[in-house]
Amino acid sequence: MRNFLSDKVTGLKPSGIRKFFDIVSEMQDAISLGVGEPDFDTPWFIRDEGIYSLERGRTFYTSNSGLKALRQEIENYIQRTQGISYDSNNEIIVTVGGSEAIDIGLRAVINPGDEVIIPQPSYVSYEPCAILADAVPVIINLKAENEFRLKPQELLSAITDKTKVLVLPYPNNPTGAIMEREDLEEIAKIVKDKDILVMSDEIYSALTYKDKHISIASLDGMKERTILINGFSKAYAMTGWRLGYACGPKDIIAQMTKIHQFAIMCAPTNSQYAAVEALKKGDEEVEKMRQSYNQRRRYLLNQFKEMNLECFEPYGAFYVFPCIKEFNMTSEEFATKLLMEEKVAVVPGTAFGDCGEGYLRISYAYSIDNLKIAMERIKNFVNKLRNNL
Amino acid sequence: MRDELLAILEKNSRIDFKELAVLLGVTEEQVLEEISKLEKENIICAYHTLINWEKTDIEKVTALIEVKVTPQRGQGFDHIAERIYNYPEVKSVYLISGGYDLLVTLEEKSLKEIAAFVSDKLSTLDSVLSTATHFILKKYKDHGTLINKTSKDEREVITP
Repeated sequence: MRNFLSDKVTGLKPSGIRKFFDIVSEMQDAISLGVGEPDFDTPWFIRDEGIYSLERGRTFYTSNSGLKALRQEIENYIQRTQGISYDSNNEIIVTVGGSEAIDIGLRAVINPGDEVIIPQPSYVSYEPCAILADAVPVIINLKAENEFRLKPQELLSAITDKTKVLVLPYPNNPTGAIMEREDLEEIAKIVKDKDILVMSDEIYSALTYKDKHISIASLDGMKERTILINGFSKAYAMTGWRLGYACGPKDIIAQMTKIHQFAIMCAPTNSQYAAVEALKKGDEEVEKMRQSYNQRRRYLLNQFKEMNLECFEPYGAFYVFPCIKEFNMTSEEFATKLLMEEKVAVVPGTAFGDCGEGYLRISYAYSIDNLKIAMERIKNFVNKLRNNL
Repeated sequence: MRDELLAILEKNSRIDFKELAVLLGVTEEQVLEEISKLEKENIICAYHTLINWEKTDIEKVTALIEVKVTPQRGQGFDHIAERIYNYPEVKSVYLISGGYDLLVTLEEKSLKEIAAFVSDKLSTLDSVLSTATHFILKKYKDHGTLINKTSKDEREVITP
């Protein structure tokens, strides 16, 4: 029989976290700090609205780009948080999670051979999505000494004649890094100068612990060259509802809508109704969750300080990214040994790009009680390693 | 810091100053100072423990009693409220808007004792017009905490 598989797809590396997943699932009393989603349940008033929409029999397709009411609320939300005006009629599309927006956003703009610049460490799907869209991914290896922010010089040296898109993944998974106004202004200047499109993945925008998040699209002259991606998963603890959105220039959104229409039809109707409620009344709940994350973030940083483990202070998302280079092990070796000996699962930094080598992603989307047990075990482990050295 | 401190303490009054300082990103001295201020201002009134008595051998019956009263000249409801809350078996007294005036929570060892309290002490007070007693059959949630619930993390163990 012929080999039916696509070379392009078989050539993709599978996500680096699968191996750990299989071990942890089998292990008794393992503690996982490997989860990239909130530990909170979706706030009840949002779930209630989802239930109500089912009771009302709202079980049909919505328009391709999403419920008008939801797009309107998204318009309002971006206006009040970022001061950017998007027209809900043709500059916003509701997608199946931020992930779909990344996929169709790239597919809508890429011609074969176009280069997409991807700063890493970053979320696992940019590179494969770029490849699937026939783009050539160009990786920038971000540096710990810059707190994993994208520096103008790094961007400049990655740009060629073929560069079309810059993926800007901040607040960042897995490092927790953010980009502040001055950082963004320098990037924006280059992007305009070199005539590049930005795909700004701002899924963690509600979870920052310094100043409020700033979108690059809010900077002068950037709205017309930015696809802004956001969603409900992280801010509203709605990962399983699969709902995100993209805002951008109407000609790009129109092409994205075409792909979305043929591949997806529309995002889940039930989730869309619930999301309207989330945007209308969710600010207070989001703030409460943000406050909890912030407390845990401080707790973890303090623990690492006491352990003398090098870790820069992350101001976004719900991850810390400590450095384990002193132990002369790869991230994967360290994570495997930690799991086997102390039953704590973390994700090796290399799952998010080669330059994640020497780092671990530790999620603090867990209760303080859980984190305490895990930190005790990590402390043990680190002490053991140091004493053997 | 005050709001966040109160939110933490309301959930967990046993947390120590050192941990509070870390969670809030301030020094232990600052935490100490703020808490003693809150205590002095009577914003923090007491530190309680939420106990699920049903799981113990100790018998307890709790009743909610709606009380209609005649307010007294010059003192409104305060005087009669005081007459009622002075009984140690009375756990709480609230002034309520709507169909009745005071909501009294009463905790006793048996139904009989509750009945005795209502008929002998409460109803005989001059300004009490009427009472309606409701017995609590089961507590699901108290002070924002679910009774009898063991929470389980249902997330996949590792996600990107």
